[in-house]
Amino acid sequence: MTTLAHPLHKLLNSVALPAGLLLVGALVISAQLTAPGFAPAQPFIAAPETVTLAPADFSYRAEGHFLRNGNPVDAPMVEARLGGPLVIMKYQVSAADYAQCVAHGACVPAEPRNIGQGNVPVTGVNYGDAVAYAAWLSDRTGGDWVLPTDREWAFAAGAGFTDDALGLDEDGANPAERWLANYEKEAARENDAGRLPLPLGSFGSNENGVADMGGNVWEWTQTCHRRVHVDAAGAVLSELPACTIKVLDGKHRTPMSYFIRDAKSGGCSVGIPPDNLGFRLVRHPRWYEPLLALFGR
Amino acid sequence: MANLPTISRRALLAGATAIGAAVQLAAVLPAAAQEAAATAAAVDLSTLERVKVELVPPPFVHAHEQVATGAPKIVEFTLTIEEKLHEVDNDGTTVWAMTFNGSVPGPMMVVHEGDYVELTLVNPDTNLMQHNIDFHSATGALGGAGLTIVNPGEKAILRFKATKAGVFVYHCAPEGMVPWHVTAGMNGAIMVLPRDGLKDGKGNALPYDRVYYVGEQDFYVPRDADGNFIAYESIGDGYADTLEVMRKLTPSHVVFNGKVGALTGENAMTAAVGERVLILHSQANRDTRPHLIGGHGDYVWQTGKFHNAPDVDLETWFIPGGAAGAALYTFLQPGVYAYVNHNLIEAFELGAAAHFTVTGDWNDDLMTGVLAPSPI
Repeated sequence: MTTLAHPLHKLLNSVALPAGLLLVGALVISAQLTAPGFAPAQPFIAAPETVTLAPADFSYRAEGHFLRNGNPVDAPMVEARLGGPLVIMKYQVSAADYAQCVAHGACVPAEPRNIGQGNVPVTGVNYGDAVAYAAWLSDRTGGDWVLPTDREWAFAAGAGFTDDALGLDEDGANPAERWLANYEKEAARENDAGRLPLPLGSFGSNENGVADMGGNVWEWTQTCHRRVHVDAAGAVLSELPACTIKVLDGKHRTPMSYFIRDAKSGGCSVGIPPDNLGFRLVRHPRWYEPLLALFGR
Repeated sequence: MANLPTISRRALLAGATAIGAAVQLAAVLPAAAQEAAATAAAVDLSTLERVKVELVPPPFVHAHEQVATGAPKIVEFTLTIEEKLHEVDNDGTTVWAMTFNGSVPGPMMVVHEGDYVELTLVNPDTNLMQHNIDFHSATGALGGAGLTIVNPGEKAILRFKATKAGVFVYHCAPEGMVPWHVTAGMNGAIMVLPRDGLKDGKGNALPYDRVYYVGEQDFYVPRDADGNFIAYESIGDGYADTLEVMRKLTPSHVVFNGKVGALTGENAMTAAVGERVLILHSQANRDTRPHLIGGHGDYVWQTGKFHNAPDVDLETWFIPGGAAGAALYTFLQPGVYAYVNHNLIEAFELGAAAHFTVTGDWNDDLMTGVLAPSPI
């Protein structure tokens, strides 16, 4: 490339390259803003109704299976603060909206075990189904939709978030005490609503304005199940995430293998499984949104 | 077959009323008079003590002596037949069940060898079907079925001598419809204890602290074109469809105590460490293989007949369809136990699973977690 020595080329390089990059950048932004417009066969769907929660300090029971001296113990309470406002769907993803994703070939059909009447949440979906829907919705609406983390879900659930502590003596001499207490707790779980999914909003909204968090549809989160060994002071000795198993939130919190669409107590397990598996999403701002806000858009 | 017109329940009942009125006017011999005639039989039982037993719904068993005191008795039971819509799982799937005393299975009866069982079988006029009862523990007349065919609005009394010791199935056996009635829940069991109680085969007594009755039931619920279970308006409507499913020999549900999860959660069976628990298990139609996850069968009468020495230390036991078995186990560890049909597909996919919650002290010698799950 000896020609680069020529003054004209020097000039071109100094001006045209940044200008070109700027142009490419503009095109990328424009594409991200308007991409769906180029695909008339796949029209916009209305962005789901959301609730925006301002960041605040809160505490909640950590997720995961904690052990001290090799004995299962209640997970610790953790103090947390979200990094920014949480934009979360007011309702769970509806069966009708999910069906649109299926119709567009971006989602596989749900396999609900219990068929409800009316505008019910989608059920019979696994973790992968939820992620596929989130990607499709992001594409269609131009937002960044993802599954909430367990922490975000706990935050949105507010005072209604179920504390899964058993509050037992933790000397570990009798492991059965924990099994029995947990069994009793699960057995006592309210099941007045039955297992049929009910129309969105049937279980009311909590103090944050988020609906149906304590209903009969449990929700996938993106948080991995984990096993945590702690010492007597609570310091973490080891932490091993198991990301093929995700945290499922709802009337109680439970780990669930990513591919399950219909939870059962299986194998030698003797717990009471969630009634139905569904999800709701949170929307993260795209990187350019603060910029757009600056320009008053 | 589902699309064929069926006679409505209302129409059937209207017809029955018209016919029934005429018959009643023509003077049915009062039941009391017939009973008097029957007691004047060849055998003089007038000296025997009579006891009347109130039955309790499974998995519980009415109070009884393990070792009989005194001479053989006449033990009176009443079974009232109830045809009813019955939920078989937690998803709202229903069948028209035919039941003894309203439960699936019917209640467990307990007598001693040499006792006379005197059963009053009542078929209220709210039912639509003819019923009867075949006791596998009885001798003659198709197990009593031939003497107990009762139409809606009738009752019959059967007395038989309990000559064989063991747990035995009883079930409805109406002509031409036996499997339908049995797989609609119309079965139960009776335990005939040896007069001196259970023995280990070497002459040592085997008393028990608790007894539970687990009745296993296979259901054959038809599905519609979309694969959803069909709910029928009346008991006769589903007959043809159900028969079609039954003939494939593949049950839609295999459950304990009538319903998926009927013996779990708040209805789990309970025991304490050190208690000797006798688990009676019947299956009137289909083979089963009970297994206590985390426990054993210390003494097991797989075919349920107590004059055979029990098998010891079993992991899983086999009860042929049309029989009831008995397993005695002393719980040694606290915790939650699953009691399953160890065809695990039937247990966890079709419903044949129950739970025991057992309280008490943990025995480290029997089991210890040496290393809790930790990073490798």
